Order: sequence, then C-alpha cells, then structure tokens
Amino acid sequence: MSLNSNKFERIPDRLPPINSIGWVAWVKQNLFGSVSNTLITLLFFYLIFLYIPPFLDWAVFNANISGTDRSVCDDNKSGACWTFVKVRIEQLLFGLYFTLNPDQTWRPILAFIVFACLLIPLVIERTPHKKWLLLTLIILYPVFFVSVVGGGVFGIPESDASQWGGLLLTFALAFVGIVLALPLGILLALGRRSKMPIVRSFSIIYIEFWRGTPLITILFMASVMLPLFFPSGVEFDKVVRAMIGITLFQSAYTAEAVRGGLQAIDKGQTEASMALGMGYWQQTIFIILPQALRISIPSIVNTFIALFKDTSLVSIIGLLDLLKIAQNSSRSLDWNGYDIEAYMFAGLVFWMFCFGMSMYSQKLERKLDTDRNTE
Amino acid sequence: MIKDDSIIKITKLNKWYGKFHALKDIDLSVGTTEKIVICGPSGSGKSTLIRCINRLEVHQEGSIKVDGIELSDDIKQITEIRSDVGMVFQHFNLFPHLTVLENCSLAPIWVRKKSKVEAEQMAMELLEKVRIPDQVNKYPGQLSGGQQQRVAIARALCMQPRIMLFDEPTSALDPEMIKEVLETMIELADSGMTMIVVTHEMGFANRVADRIIFMDEGQIVEQNDPDSFFNKPQSDRTKLFLSQILDH
Amino acid sequence: MSKSPLTLHRNPKFRAAIVQAALVFLVFYAFYSLYQTTVFNLEERGIRTSPSFFDQVAPFKVGFSPFLDFELGTTTYIKVFYIGVLNTLLVAVLGIIAATFLGFFIGILRSSNNWLAKKVALIYVEIFRNMPLLLQIMFWNFAIFLAFLPPPKQSLEFGSFFLNGRGLHTPVPIVEHSLLFKVWLGVVILSILLSFIFRRWAKIRFNNTGKSLPVLSISFSFIIIISISAFYILGQPLTVDIPVLGKFNFKGGGQLPLPLFSLWFALTIYTSAFIAENVRAGISSVSKGQIEAARSIGLTRSQMVKMIIIPQSMRVIIPPTISQYLNLTKNSSLAMAVGYEEVVAVWANISLNQTGQALIIIAMTIIFFEFCSLFTSFILNMYNKRIQITER
Repeated sequence: MSLNSNKFERIPDRLPPINSIGWVAWVKQNLFGSVSNTLITLLFFYLIFLYIPPFLDWAVFNANISGTDRSVCDDNKSGACWTFVKVRIEQLLFGLYFTLNPDQTWRPILAFIVFACLLIPLVIERTPHKKWLLLTLIILYPVFFVSVVGGGVFGIPESDASQWGGLLLTFALAFVGIVLALPLGILLALGRRSKMPIVRSFSIIYIEFWRGTPLITILFMASVMLPLFFPSGVEFDKVVRAMIGITLFQSAYTAEAVRGGLQAIDKGQTEASMALGMGYWQQTIFIILPQALRISIPSIVNTFIALFKDTSLVSIIGLLDLLKIAQNSSRSLDWNGYDIEAYMFAGLVFWMFCFGMSMYSQKLERKLDTDRNTE
Repeated sequence: MIKDDSIIKITKLNKWYGKFHALKDIDLSVGTTEKIVICGPSGSGKSTLIRCINRLEVHQEGSIKVDGIELSDDIKQITEIRSDVGMVFQHFNLFPHLTVLENCSLAPIWVRKKSKVEAEQMAMELLEKVRIPDQVNKYPGQLSGGQQQRVAIARALCMQPRIMLFDEPTSALDPEMIKEVLETMIELADSGMTMIVVTHEMGFANRVADRIIFMDEGQIVEQNDPDSFFNKPQSDRTKLFLSQILDH
Repeated sequence: MSKSPLTLHRNPKFRAAIVQAALVFLVFYAFYSLYQTTVFNLEERGIRTSPSFFDQVAPFKVGFSPFLDFELGTTTYIKVFYIGVLNTLLVAVLGIIAATFLGFFIGILRSSNNWLAKKVALIYVEIFRNMPLLLQIMFWNFAIFLAFLPPPKQSLEFGSFFLNGRGLHTPVPIVEHSLLFKVWLGVVILSILLSFIFRRWAKIRFNNTGKSLPVLSISFSFIIIISISAFYILGQPLTVDIPVLGKFNFKGGGQLPLPLFSLWFALTIYTSAFIAENVRAGISSVSKGQIEAARSIGLTRSQMVKMIIIPQSMRVIIPPTISQYLNLTKNSSLAMAVGYEEVVAVWANISLNQTGQALIIIAMTIIFFEFCSLFTSFILNMYNKRIQITER
C-alpha cells in the first residue's frame, strides 16, 4: 500500500454508561419501562401490600403452635392454629393404625427414608448405575414397603391395609399406580403403533376409553362393580380395589406419554437394527425402548403429577387418604372450625411433591431440548 | 462372470410404492468378491434396490436369491440373510444410547449368540481396523461424522457378513471427512469383500469397482467395467449424467 | 413364493393372524364371562339387570334443576339422569367461559415485560395447578365460603349480583312479549349480518385502494346502537328479573346454589392455571425471528400483535386448551364432595345405590363422558384440518 501504514493500536475496553447496567437499569427496564408498565407495577405493589402482610401475620407471626389442645387457639383467634396440625401430625401422615400404635411409627418413617435414599440419587444427573437403582426402586422397593409397613414377616406385627391412611396411603396408591401402569402402558403404546390392525385398534379403544372417563367414575366402578365381576367368594380389600382402578386408568395416560417418545425415534434406528438381523422384540428392547423411554420421562412424570393429585379422589369412596383425614380432623369435636389450617396443611404437602416433580420434569425437558440441538 | 459363482441373484424384480413404480424388471447377479458401484440421479431407485436385498423393503414381483436362499416372508430366513449381509446407511444410524463398543457387540451377542468376551474382542479388532482407537467407550454423539460412519462400518463387519451394502455412505459427510471413510472402504474392498455401493464418488468407483451400474427411472440403464463406463458410455442418458457430475 | 406347510409358522403374516385371532378370542371371552358373572351376581342379590327402572319414580329429591322441572313423587329415574347431565353441562359451560377469560388474562400477564406481573402470574399458576382440585373445591366450599360468607341479610353486593352463604343470586332475563322479542332478535341478527357485509366491502375496498377502516370498532358500535335503539323502540320486550332481598331470603332472579358456586369457582381457578400455561407457551412459541421480521417491515406494535403474534400463537394455544375444556367437564364430577347434583352424583351414586342397577347406570355414565370426549376429539380434528389447509 502506498499509504503510510498506521500501527494498530488497541483501544482499551471501557465500562458501559452507568444507567445501562446494574440494578437501576434493570428496575427501569423491567418495572417502569413505560407508562402502562409503571401503572401495572404500582397496582401489583398495592395488591401485594394489601394482602400479603395480613396473611403472613395470620400464618406466621400470630400463629399458635404451642399446647396440645384447642384452648390455645381459641384464646388467640388472630393467628393460624398450627397446634392442631402438630397434634394430629401422625394421623395426617401415617393414618389410624400407626396413630393407635405409636411404637410402630418407625415403620412408615423407615419406608419413606429408604424411598428418599433411592430417589434422590436417581434425580441427580451424575449418579452411576442408574438403571440398577431404578430397578431396585420399581421391583425390590414395593416388596420392602409391603413387608415393613404391612408387616406380618420378620416378627413385625401385621397392619391391615384398610387401616393405612394419610400421606402413607396417598403415597402407596400413587406408587402402585405408576409402577404397575408403566409396563402396561409400554405394551399399550407398542400396541398402538403395531402393524397388526386388530392389536392397534384394541389398544386405541382401551386407551381412549380410560382417558375419556373421569377417575371418580372409574373408582365407583372399581368399588361397586369389581366385586360383581368375580364369582362370589373372591373378595378384594377396598384399598386394593382402588389400586386396580387407578392402575388401569393410569396405564392409558402412561401409554400416551410413551407413545410420544416412540414417535420421536428416527426410523433409521429400526432399519439399522433390522439390517443387523434383530427381531421385533430385540429391536424394541435393546434399541427403541431405551431411547424412547428416556425421551418420555418428562411426560411420564407429568402424568404422575396428575395421578398424585388425583389419588385424593379415593376420599370420595371412603378411603382415609391425606385429604380425607385432614377433613375429618377439622370436623372432629376437638378441632371443629379449623378447616383452613387442615386444608392448607394437606394442600402444602401435596404442593411440595407436585411442584418438586414438575420442576424436575421441566429441567429434564430443557436438557433433552439442548441435547437435541447440539446433536 | 460365471453364473454359478453368483452370491446375489436378482431376476425380474419389480417394486411399487403405492402406485409409484419404483423398480422395473431389474436383473442383476453379483459374484463372490465382486465390487459393484450403483450410481444414478436421485429418485432413480438405487437405494430401493439395495434395501430390497436385505428386505428393508418388500418387493412385489420377481425374486432375490442371496447365497442360494430366496427372500420370502420366512422370518428365520430373513434373519439369516440379514446377518450375512451388512449394511451402512447414509445417516450412520448408530444407536445413540450405546457406546461405540456396545454398538458393535450388541448384534453379535444377541443375534449371533456369541459370548460377550468374544464379541467385544472382535469388535475391538475391527474398530482398530477402521482406526477408531481409544474411542470405544465414547457415545456416538461425541464423535465426528467421519468417525461415526467408520464405526457404522465396523458395526456391520462385526456380524462377519459375506456381503456389504453401502447406501450413499459419504453423502451426509463434510468434504474433509469423506476421504477417511472412502479409505476405509477401499481397504475393505482390497481384503476381498463382496460389496454393493450406492455412491456419487466417481473416483472411488473408478478405483474399486469391478462393475458400475447406472440407474434411472427404476431401471438399469447401463452396466459396464469402469474404464468402458467412463470412456465409452453407451446410452445418451448415461452421457448426460456423466457430463453433469463430472463437469464442475 | 413357495409356502411349504413346514415353514408356515415362520411367516410373519401367519403369525400376525394367529396373534390377532387369539387376542380377539381372549378379549371377547373375558368380556363375555365378566358380563355373565356380573349378571349372575346381581341376580343373586335380587337385581334383574333391565332398563325397566327408567320409568320408576325416583324416591329422592333433586334440589337444583334449572332446566327440567323436578317434582318429588312423579319424576322418574330417566329424568333424573337428564337433570344430572344438564347440570354437568351447565357447570362445564360456566367454568369454560370463566376459565378462558381468567386463563388468558394470567397467561398474558405471564408473558408481559413487567417483571412483577410475570412473577405474580407464575406464582398463581404454580400454586393452583400443583394442588389437587378436590382439595381446592373443598377448601373454597367448606373453609372459606361456608365459613365466611354472610347470611342473606348482609349479602355481598356486586352490582345486581348478591353473594351469601346460600349461593350467588343473579339477575335473569325474562321475555315479556314473545313476538316482539323475536322481532328484536331478528333485528340484532340482521345488524350482525350487515356488519359482516360491511367487513367484506371494506376488505375489497382495502384490496383495491389500500384505504383501511377501523372495521371492528365501526361494526361493534353499529351493532350495539342498532340493538339498543330497537330494544327501546319495540318497548323493551325483554326485562331483567333482579333478585330483591325479602324478609329472610332473596326473591326473584336466579340462584347458583353455594355448591355450584364453589365448584364453578374452584374449576375456574384450577383450569385457568393450565390455560395460562398454554397461553404462555403459545406466545413464546412465536420465534424472535418472526417479531424481528415484523419490526423490520415496519409493522406497528398493534399490527404485529394482530397479524403475526395472535395468529401464530393461537395455533399452539387452541388444541391443548380444548383438551382442558374436556378435563374441566370430567373434573366437574368432583361436585359430589360438595353436594352439587351433577350426573355422577345423582346418577352413578344416588340412583345406583337406590336401584342397584350397577351395570346399566355405570355404562350410561361412562357413555355420556365418552361422548363428550369424542365430541372434543371431533372438534380438535376439525381445527387441525383447518390449520393444515391454511398452512399449505
């Protein structure tokens, strides 16, 4: 070049203007960006200050927790009566049998702790040997649960399933529902994608039948009709009847979740396994299902959240689940009138489980999305 | 070519997709250790033809004999033929949830009923041959396209096939990776494998093929040895095709 | 292709035929034997399965029946079924309308660019969709409304609506003069038709000359002005019966009894959380590229919302929202917990207990819900087809 070559001089970096970074800029942008935005912000601040402090006063600052009977709460009506929940906690969590036999409460507690020990590593991403953990949870844990909570073995006194209640029953119903519905649902999902027209239409009819009917009708059917379906002499416990109804109902939803995963698998996977000489079941078990199930975990978790909430319907057919015990307690002579506390506690317990699961499923979904985009 | 020597024998093969006539009266026999390259414009039926050979597609008329066994609905025979015929796909179709080693040893264990030790040992040998060293415990997603395709070749070889089918093995690859895959295929050809390759890599065809087949509109237009095919094409259609793919 | 009998068992078509034949046999056999045992078991309990009980008089009272008259001692079982179905449909329609409005409102807040509004909407959604609906119904009904709503004398007033411990009293339209009312209806329909013609004309004019008119606001004001003036010209053929507080209770107007009100309230809140989530997903499904493209060709903000964001996001919002409508209808069966008399309560529960006709009663209940479900899929399919055509 004929021009005098200038030496490249690097201009040192500067900070951006103060009003475009930091919390000032953030507040300006996200709360007072425009006139309408400012109005919305002010309205919401007003509503929050109107309702939240009185609620906190009632639920936390003025709340009663001491004592063992209602006299404490009756003396201080301006606060919530958590004493009630404190006194009734064993019944709410474990039901009648374990409340009447307080020396036995270690059994459901142990069952919950073991469950948590199996579940928490499964949720953490980096745990090795997840497959074995999952199999333990699905196959061995129910055996463990029944022998510890149900008793009758190893010298543990027997507890009748009809006397299980509270969170314990809610948990047992939901867990049985998901564990038994999973294999059924997988078979139905495979059936719905089968090349055999009769297998396919039966699967579709089955799935759509259960999805079209409200669970409460199914529970009625299970409690009224199930005994009629079998020759006299065959008797089912009420809890078992509910479990059968819930499992059949849940399998249809699981099937749809799994089908979504199956649809996402590339056709090339089947072709490659066919080219290697694998038969239908070999392809399905080694190649298709492992991939499809991984993709469908978020949807399966979502159907499980729905099921977990729906187990509360068993209270209508007379089972003493968490919701029913909460309701009964608030109608008992001792605690008559403290409905809000009862429902709030039960609601909070349900909410913690469902919200936790929904966070997990959303996290998985995001991860699957990024995995797919980087592939 | 001596007729009795042929390992694949296709006569009067016809195939329709719905009403679309995809293959028309195909006759083809392939001798043991013969290398055949099939080329032709897209939609000419070349992929369909080789997918019929291991029955990924079902033909409606004519017959295909592989190793003397005629392809029919018989499940056991299809499995036998499929495990004797290896296939490499355009999009690799590796199993993403299995490691490289598992990809290669799965079918030998479950279809060929080999012991795990034996299957993994053979997989390691073949992976070394296709030069995928030290990557055997990675997942397919962690490899480059060229590496994935070489794993796919090794996976097919692990079944100890007598015939290898390649369905456009390099068309999904970046240019710099095509070479490494072609080199692997050339080595395989030099080792005496019977191969049918659908490809547009004319350099590869010239170097390796015993016979080049040109297809269009579901028909075999022309087949010849590479020298005659490139220098003295018989049909106008072939000339046009060659001019289109060679002049740029 | 040769088929020797020896290899028949390895033929996939033969195998498929065997598997399917076995399946058909098993399913039908299972159904047949279940049916047999059930009928037998019922007969053993002295119940002959037969629809003849339809015409028997129902020995219990159905308190809420706004569409069909109920009279204890004359109303038959089959009419009780119809009442239940209508009551289910009533709460479903009320719930769908309210949940749609509330859900879209929350969903739009959730997608607004005001941080505070977004968080409040998020908390709303996460609280209400993660608690059992039954618990929410019972909470509102027993813990809040029954406990805190005042007696009729001190009803809460919302215009002409009055809320108290017995329910919600609403104004009800009453036709004073049926001929004039029909004339008025005709005028209204005519004005709507005219505004559609106007819209077409405006569109053609727009296509030819590029001049646009505020079609929507012109049409609306046209329809409203015409309807109101016709209403008064015809001498008010329709009056509204407003509930008035009498000595002990309200007289006149209509009443949503408290169970219905609680159920409607809880269904609305619960379903709106799900609809809000659909709305948010729909709005965020419109890619940034679309918005940048709309800005780059110079559309104003409202044009962009009207022509780019709404059409695209509605395609994502509508299908799952229709499924939510079906869910709401199915969920209305939880009314039993608070004593609202919909189909599961009066039919699958009370009538079943009274007559013991389990087979017929459960079957009819299920068929009703399956019908709703089929209807929903029919609507969904129609919508999807229409979308596919417009996308082509």
